[in-house]
Amino acid sequence: MELTCLSEGKGFYFPPCHIMDICGFRVLFDCPMDLSSLAIFSPLPVDANAISNDENISGSCHKYADLELNEDKGQKIDKPLDANSLICAEPQYKTITNLLLWNVSFIDVVLISRPMGMLGLPFLTRNKDFIAKVYVTEAAAKIGQLMMEDLVVMHEEFRQFYGPDARKWMNWEEIELLPLELRQIVFGADGTEFGGWVSLYSAADVKACMLKVDSLKYAEEACYNGTLILKAFSSGLDIGTCNWSITSPKGSIAYISNSIFSSATAMSCNYEALQRTDVIVYSDFSSSDAANKFDDDNNCPGAAGNNFSNLSDDDVNSKARTTLLDADEYLEEMAKLDFICSCSMDCINSGGSVLIPIGRLGIVLQLLERFALCLASENAKVPIFVISSVAEELMAFTNIIPEWFCEQWQDRLYSGQPLFSHKEMLKDGRLYLFPAIHSLELLTIWQEPCFVFCPHWSLRLGPVTHLLRRWCGDPNSLLVVEEGVDVNLALLPFKPMAIKVLQCSFLSGMKLQKSQQLLKILQPRHVLFPEKLRQHISPLETSFSFDYYSENKTIHISNPKEDSELDIEVELARRLQYTTLKQKDINILRLKGELVVERGRYRLSLGNEQVMSSQTRPMLHIGGVYSNDLLMALQKMGMKATVEEITGVGGSDNASIIHVLEPSKAVIEVREAQTLISNGDENVATLISQAVYSLLDCV
Amino acid sequence: MDIECLVLGAGQEVGKSCVVVTINGKRIMFDCGMHMGYLDHQRYPDFSMISKSGEFTDSLTCIIITHFHLDHIGALPYFTEVCGYNGPIYMTYPTKALAPLMLEDYRKVMVDRRGEEEQFSSEHIVKCMKKVTAVDLKQTIQVDEDLQIRAYYAGHVLGAAMFYAKVGDAAIVYTGDYNMTPDRHLGAAQIDRLQLDVVITESTYATTYRDSKYAKEREFLKAVHKCVAGGGKVLIPTFALGRAQELCMLLDDYWERMNLKVPIYFSAGLTIQANMYYKIFINWTSKKVKDTYATRNAFDFKNVCSFDRSMINAPGPCVLFATPGMISGGFSLEVFRQWAPHEGNLVMLPGFHIKISISCCLCSKTPTQIRLDQDVFIDVRCQIHQLSFSPHTDAKGIMDLVKFLSPKHVVLVHGEKPKMAALKEKIQSELGIKCYYPANNENLCIPSTHHVKAVASDAFLQSCLCPNFKFLETSSEQDSELAITHNIAMPQLQVYDDRVCEGVLTLQRDQNPKVVNHNELMSALGIKTHEVKLAQCCEVSREFPDYRHEHIYSNMPPLLLKGKMPSQNTSHTVNSCCTSSMAGEELAAKTTTARWKLGGGFELELRFEYEIGGGAERGEMEARWWVFWDEVVLVEDGGQPVVWGLEVAGGGKGDDGT
Ligand SMILES: [Zn+2]
Ligand SMILES: [Zn+2]
Repeated sequence: MELTCLSEGKGFYFPPCHIMDICGFRVLFDCPMDLSSLAIFSPLPVDANAISNDENISGSCHKYADLELNEDKGQKIDKPLDANSLICAEPQYKTITNLLLWNVSFIDVVLISRPMGMLGLPFLTRNKDFIAKVYVTEAAAKIGQLMMEDLVVMHEEFRQFYGPDARKWMNWEEIELLPLELRQIVFGADGTEFGGWVSLYSAADVKACMLKVDSLKYAEEACYNGTLILKAFSSGLDIGTCNWSITSPKGSIAYISNSIFSSATAMSCNYEALQRTDVIVYSDFSSSDAANKFDDDNNCPGAAGNNFSNLSDDDVNSKARTTLLDADEYLEEMAKLDFICSCSMDCINSGGSVLIPIGRLGIVLQLLERFALCLASENAKVPIFVISSVAEELMAFTNIIPEWFCEQWQDRLYSGQPLFSHKEMLKDGRLYLFPAIHSLELLTIWQEPCFVFCPHWSLRLGPVTHLLRRWCGDPNSLLVVEEGVDVNLALLPFKPMAIKVLQCSFLSGMKLQKSQQLLKILQPRHVLFPEKLRQHISPLETSFSFDYYSENKTIHISNPKEDSELDIEVELARRLQYTTLKQKDINILRLKGELVVERGRYRLSLGNEQVMSSQTRPMLHIGGVYSNDLLMALQKMGMKATVEEITGVGGSDNASIIHVLEPSKAVIEVREAQTLISNGDENVATLISQAVYSLLDCV
Repeated sequence: MDIECLVLGAGQEVGKSCVVVTINGKRIMFDCGMHMGYLDHQRYPDFSMISKSGEFTDSLTCIIITHFHLDHIGALPYFTEVCGYNGPIYMTYPTKALAPLMLEDYRKVMVDRRGEEEQFSSEHIVKCMKKVTAVDLKQTIQVDEDLQIRAYYAGHVLGAAMFYAKVGDAAIVYTGDYNMTPDRHLGAAQIDRLQLDVVITESTYATTYRDSKYAKEREFLKAVHKCVAGGGKVLIPTFALGRAQELCMLLDDYWERMNLKVPIYFSAGLTIQANMYYKIFINWTSKKVKDTYATRNAFDFKNVCSFDRSMINAPGPCVLFATPGMISGGFSLEVFRQWAPHEGNLVMLPGFHIKISISCCLCSKTPTQIRLDQDVFIDVRCQIHQLSFSPHTDAKGIMDLVKFLSPKHVVLVHGEKPKMAALKEKIQSELGIKCYYPANNENLCIPSTHHVKAVASDAFLQSCLCPNFKFLETSSEQDSELAITHNIAMPQLQVYDDRVCEGVLTLQRDQNPKVVNHNELMSALGIKTHEVKLAQCCEVSREFPDYRHEHIYSNMPPLLLKGKMPSQNTSHTVNSCCTSSMAGEELAAKTTTARWKLGGGFELELRFEYEIGGGAERGEMEARWWVFWDEVVLVEDGGQPVVWGLEVAGGGKGDDGT
């Protein structure tokens, strides 16, 4: 087995990407793209069709062009970063540069762990050499598809604005002139990522991509090539997200992506299903994204592994489970949502609007519900808008997938309530879904203050750019953004701003302290752990071993199982007869049958009669022949013979030659692994061979 | 080990489905239904057969419920809350949501309306359902370390599933009720090709063959349309669940298309909740219905409104869905009394119903007057139409499913005895599969699959697998014929290798049996092998002409040995090897070890090629040539080695090789 980390990713929206060799099959884990890099582009100026706003539009694009012309190109002084530094061109998208180094046709399987992990998939699937099977959970596939379609629509706005003959942004001179912050994004921290920028795929690419996707339920078995059994288990991060379990004849592997154990919306992490896997690939980098929290983590009680040394396994497990499932995280998350809600209500009450460009479906659903409740309790009639080209489909979809939600929400369903009150809210005008900001219907219904959920969290694409331009000067309005995004850079084109900005971090994975407890419970044999997180985990007293991986390095792991398991059908086994060897205490027999590979298991069955009666390999003789024993045996048969010992060069080629004189001449050459009988007479040869066989085990 | 099937219900009858299957020590109860035809103890399965002491939690590994019909789930609250079973229970998500409605509806009819003694309370139902684990289709659920279960789509009603259960190497499928043809609201049953010891299948229509359901649906719509067009009222007594939504969907759609304005009413308050579940679980309906969810959820009925008592005698045509499904009591009966005496009205009766209900009397003949109570008679002058489409598979469907799954044994339940007997004969004669139809409380023992567990070396597996794979995918033509293509089935890939696999199995104390390749014995296990060869030695010598200036002589006449094989059949491998000595100083002979496959036992030709370096003027070569007849020959001739003569051909003392 082999693991190569292609990208460690960054945050919720940019999952890690790995490629793994399992039993000779290459498995790619996730195919994301780095949408935070869109920050280097300038958003479009205010759309003339959208809700008009008298505020001045910064003509940054033109200014930039002028500036550039007057610049002395020989100088390399970094320009200060301001709104004018952003690139005014149709955006390009940053894919995983390291993945480009792989031959697409070598990938056998692609496993997607969350919708964000498939945003780069059309780049792969549109390559004609792409032959891999792609597995995604049903819910993630649908959500991912909608995200990609929405991205294409949002991008289309740029295409229309810049026109088909838009100038290329990848002009070396221009890029050289970019401020350092932007250059770092363009080239990556180590300067190698320039090649990863590509033009966005088309709607047709997305459609074709989805045709190549096999969607699965949680815990549904998919079988690749009869050999690998692939199963997705809920990871709790968001709706449809998963960890993967891969069973091969050479051992089992669990791929653990960002996981949440008591999730507020999505089905919680099903870690029990991953117990006793041989190898765990730990790929939850969320704790490194919140690096400043390391110290807190380490001070948490129970973080040190050696606390458990005196406890029995059961105790350790139950204690570990308690840590894993403690309600603190859940409550903290709820408190955050309540806080956002109360800030939003304050803002509404002071006449401002609330703009929420968050791309997490779970959070959006939670907030929608809270806003509705708050509004109802205050008896306020403030509309909630969800504006996106896929808003309607997404909302309809979330209403028919109760199987993918957390227990609390499922219980709600069983007690007879609807999953969501979206339907009612739509009916009585509390909620509106619109495909675009410039739809006529929206303009007639539009009312402020209001709540708006809309893409895109990068603040470069989609309706959010227009609305932010509209409200950025309003000190009563509120923008809710996530931590982890470079807010300074993201807000750059909208400065100066008076709008309030609430930056919050949502739970995006497990804390390191929990990861240690998790490993204790899972009891793998071997763990592949990020080098990046190594320093932050206290050494564990465990029975399993660790390897640490880092970006773009390949780790080799020996197969957990040397031999594969084989089922022999009883009908076949009944026909078998053992021989007990003279030389060792071993029973041995010849085996013949038909091999079937089915769902990752080998089975040897009785073949059809024609197969079973076909030619058998020669008899197998086990043991050794000693010339004296043979001589005795020959003499018993009444033969006369003499022995001649021959010593080869260096003693390596020793042999005994037995000359049979009577009843007819024959020569028997006895070596360590071979006896050669040369004789012209059939009968004598028969007798001699019988004598030889009597000294050996014949199978 | 045997698989035991203890049939507690639905043995040679329809009603109180309950089969307890024991596989390798695990005991699973499939369905826990009640019989609607009995009011005494016979309404429930005889649970004492499971455990005399009444310790049910320890006696069963789990309970699996296939769908929400009462003949499959009706006894569950009684079993968990009154009998005290406290172990795991599995059913699909829709079943978990809809079953309590069904149970509560039934409890109400029995207790509140008929005044019967309560078998379980509302609270029991709630508590019972709390113990249920919901599963999704195709999820592989690990019940415990050994028992694996998986649900497959069964059609029939929303959330109905067939269940696969596997313990060790033994596996079974219990179908519950299923439908092999899609209808407007549900898809057809769909299952993977599995290795099965037993399939336990329903056989409601063991001998019936049906046409497509669409024709029957049209018939139904026409009858309703005709009645309302003439100003009549249509009464459709149904259960709150399943049939009501299906028919309602048909009517709603028809009303849209025909632009009808006649009101369609739903009577019970329950159905509103049921409709909500149908909307949410639209993914469990037919492909056509679920594909339209984003634009319009098909269970969002546009033309349907709720009904109250005061409207019974309101003028004008209407369609009314009323519970319960039998007109034996409740609201259905109330409406029936009022509407039945009028000629222009129509009563739709469900296709299958229970003996004690009135509806049965209605369809067997057309009475003008039926007796309801001691002194209450109803004049029936309205039209009676029987709904003849049923959500059960017909005989062809059962045969198709059994053929598709090809289990080692089939057990028939949920049917009528004589029809089951006929189907059993058909399965045994046409498919060659053993078939049984045990009666209630019969315990059937069926031998189960057991594999010998071994480990195999890579070299062995590779030698078996490398050459010619044969791929078999379940989504083959046969499947589509079976209408099993409702979803895009995950292709279950099977790889067959036509070659015979040969290896050596070794068994050492305290170790798993291990299978290796012949040539691995020494390296893998330290077992020394010894080759015994029989050889015929030919000594040949040959003179070479002058080849002084040449290096390689391709036109050198070959030295040939010719032999005749004694055996008549098959092919043999013949090994030869040769040692040679050269007289000429700088001659070098390329000693070849040649291997031939001979067909049919015929002429064998061993060819000796030379390569002679330049410089030699003349040479003479002597070679000892052994021909080894492999042990095959020995085996074929009854273990007796056979050696036979060879003659040298093509010139022993060659000169120019002409
Ligand atoms: Zn049924
Ligand atoms: Zn039934």
